[in-house]
Amino acid sequence: MPKIEFSRRSLLKAGAAGLAAATLPAGLARAQGSVVIGSVYVGPRADFGWNQAHAMAMDIIKGVPGVTVIEEENVPETDAVAQTMESMINLDGANVILGTSFGYFEPFMVDLAARYPDVQFRHAAPLWSADKHPANLGSYFCYLNQAHYVNGVAAGLSSASGKIGFVAAKPIPSVLSNINSVLLGARSVNPNATVQLIFTGDWSMPVREAEAANALVDAGCDVITCHVDGPKVVIETAEARGVKSCGHNASQAALAPNGFITGAEYKWETIYRLYADNFAKGEALPNVVVGGYHNDMVQNTAFGAGATPEAIAAAEAAIEGLKAGKPIYVGPLNDNAGNLVIEGEKDNYDPELDGMNYLLDGVVGSIT
Amino acid sequence: MDAFADTALFTLLVAMLGGAIRVSTPFMFVALGECLTEKSGRINLGLEGNLVLGAMIAYAISFHTGSPWTGVLAAGLSGLFLGAIHGYVCKLPRVNDIAVGIAMMAFGTGLAFYLGKPYIQPSAPRLEAIPLGEWTGIPSLAQALAINPLFFVGIALAVGMSWFFRNTRMGLVVRTTGDSAPAAKAMGVSVDLVRFLATAAGGFLAGVGGSFLSLSYPGSWNEGLSSGQGLMAVALVIFARWDPIRCVWAALLFGAAGAIGPAMQAIGVTQGFYFFNAAPYILTLLIMASSARSRFSGRDAPGELSIVK
Repeated sequence: MPKIEFSRRSLLKAGAAGLAAATLPAGLARAQGSVVIGSVYVGPRADFGWNQAHAMAMDIIKGVPGVTVIEEENVPETDAVAQTMESMINLDGANVILGTSFGYFEPFMVDLAARYPDVQFRHAAPLWSADKHPANLGSYFCYLNQAHYVNGVAAGLSSASGKIGFVAAKPIPSVLSNINSVLLGARSVNPNATVQLIFTGDWSMPVREAEAANALVDAGCDVITCHVDGPKVVIETAEARGVKSCGHNASQAALAPNGFITGAEYKWETIYRLYADNFAKGEALPNVVVGGYHNDMVQNTAFGAGATPEAIAAAEAAIEGLKAGKPIYVGPLNDNAGNLVIEGEKDNYDPELDGMNYLLDGVVGSIT
Repeated sequence: MDAFADTALFTLLVAMLGGAIRVSTPFMFVALGECLTEKSGRINLGLEGNLVLGAMIAYAISFHTGSPWTGVLAAGLSGLFLGAIHGYVCKLPRVNDIAVGIAMMAFGTGLAFYLGKPYIQPSAPRLEAIPLGEWTGIPSLAQALAINPLFFVGIALAVGMSWFFRNTRMGLVVRTTGDSAPAAKAMGVSVDLVRFLATAAGGFLAGVGGSFLSLSYPGSWNEGLSSGQGLMAVALVIFARWDPIRCVWAALLFGAAGAIGPAMQAIGVTQGFYFFNAAPYILTLLIMASSARSRFSGRDAPGELSIVK
């Protein structure tokens, strides 16, 4: 028996479509040459983290002539996202849909892209492949670990103890790459630096994040950084304990006026502007856009009071190096169990690094 | 002493002590509130909603007035409001208090998320902790002993409630209402009124517990702040067998066990962090299982509770 989908939303859509057909002459419903970008977030727009980084980029895009932005926040990675995106397409006339959360991709965006071939779908994680997925779907992603490397350089020269505390959510490759990059950055300026790691087990656990930050300070770390969805609690706890901190995802400088060093930030607006421009010119949107410092897709927060002058100089030099393509992972490198994991130089965009499943020697922690 | 202060065991113990003091307060307030409500013969599963709304209201009021204690009071009043709705709806005929509680939980958290949007970014003045550990000269111990006044308020409240139940006529009325509504009616007591007041007062306490989350520890407002602490606290009441003093012990134990996960990783025991992070729940299960076999455990439950009847 065929499955009949009958929801309040589909009724509303049908009603709205009928109304539009009855009152508007065909073709006038949508302004010529304009682009409507629909952006969907998994959490609140103002979370001091991942969602805020996307939302702030969208705020910049709103100022571009001919671009209309529609947004919805707190959309879970369930059928709800398919319904949100469909109503953006059918009710608001969106022609570019941006899904910013990992779990939106399969099956929701893949199915929708097949059903709406005239709409362009782009997803913020490196998951799209040409042979498996529709051509009007694609991926964009920024290699934030490059900015975390700069965090490490600045932290290594701003720390007295050489012990950097890291509060992480889950041991997945992008998180591990950020942890390892902080270590390599710190080691590039202080060969004895270590990274002490605590996993909380989930993306948003404010009480446990505060406990973790306190435990790291008690264990002797004097710089705290993190990879969790909303770094507000970690940065505020570090500041309250009188130690320095490095940010993640968006700018947390305002939360730590005394101890903030710098932070790793996405620069999604570079990609969103590219999409808007391409669409306005009638050009095809690229399926895959990835990048880092060399193409202006990540940045570091302006240095705070916690950064020493040497740290600022070294971090700025590191940024210039990354822009010129200087590799972060230069072998031979061992993991913290003693196995050789990287032999020679790895390009910063080497696909082998995307599958990272180890912590380098110098990280005190474990992925299981 | 100094040699011991450098050992991993000391770090773990200090983290557990600090965790017990820092994390327990919201559990304590919600559990005491639920204890009062359940003693009167009604279950309020919606206290998670009171906790989240209380956290949000406390942060907003503290931000606008500059006075965190005004925020605490406002959080309590917001909890009183939710508790009063629950208490009123449940006295209508053929209403199930568990279903209403779940609805109130969704209502409270939804209202908090809706009203709380503008308060995620700003920083509000927080409650000051009392530094009781400066004399030790050990920074980590001094930090663990920087205790928020609400912690002491919670303990005093538990002692007071325990005395109230045992030694006052009002306490006897609440207990009778909870154990046998016909007996209370025979005493000439309005069962509905007692339960309404007990639910509203319990809601007030849960709201105050929420203010601790946003104004003390972790000390900021965002939508993931509670991660289900209100629900756990309701379960702790059963764990504590409806005794206010045991509620305090249960909250302290839960707080200390929650510190094990991060602290073990900090001292270098990094394998198995998922297991250590689950320590509070494993511990609760074990103690529940062992205490459920006790001959006296059934005797403590108020007889009028809809799950007991």
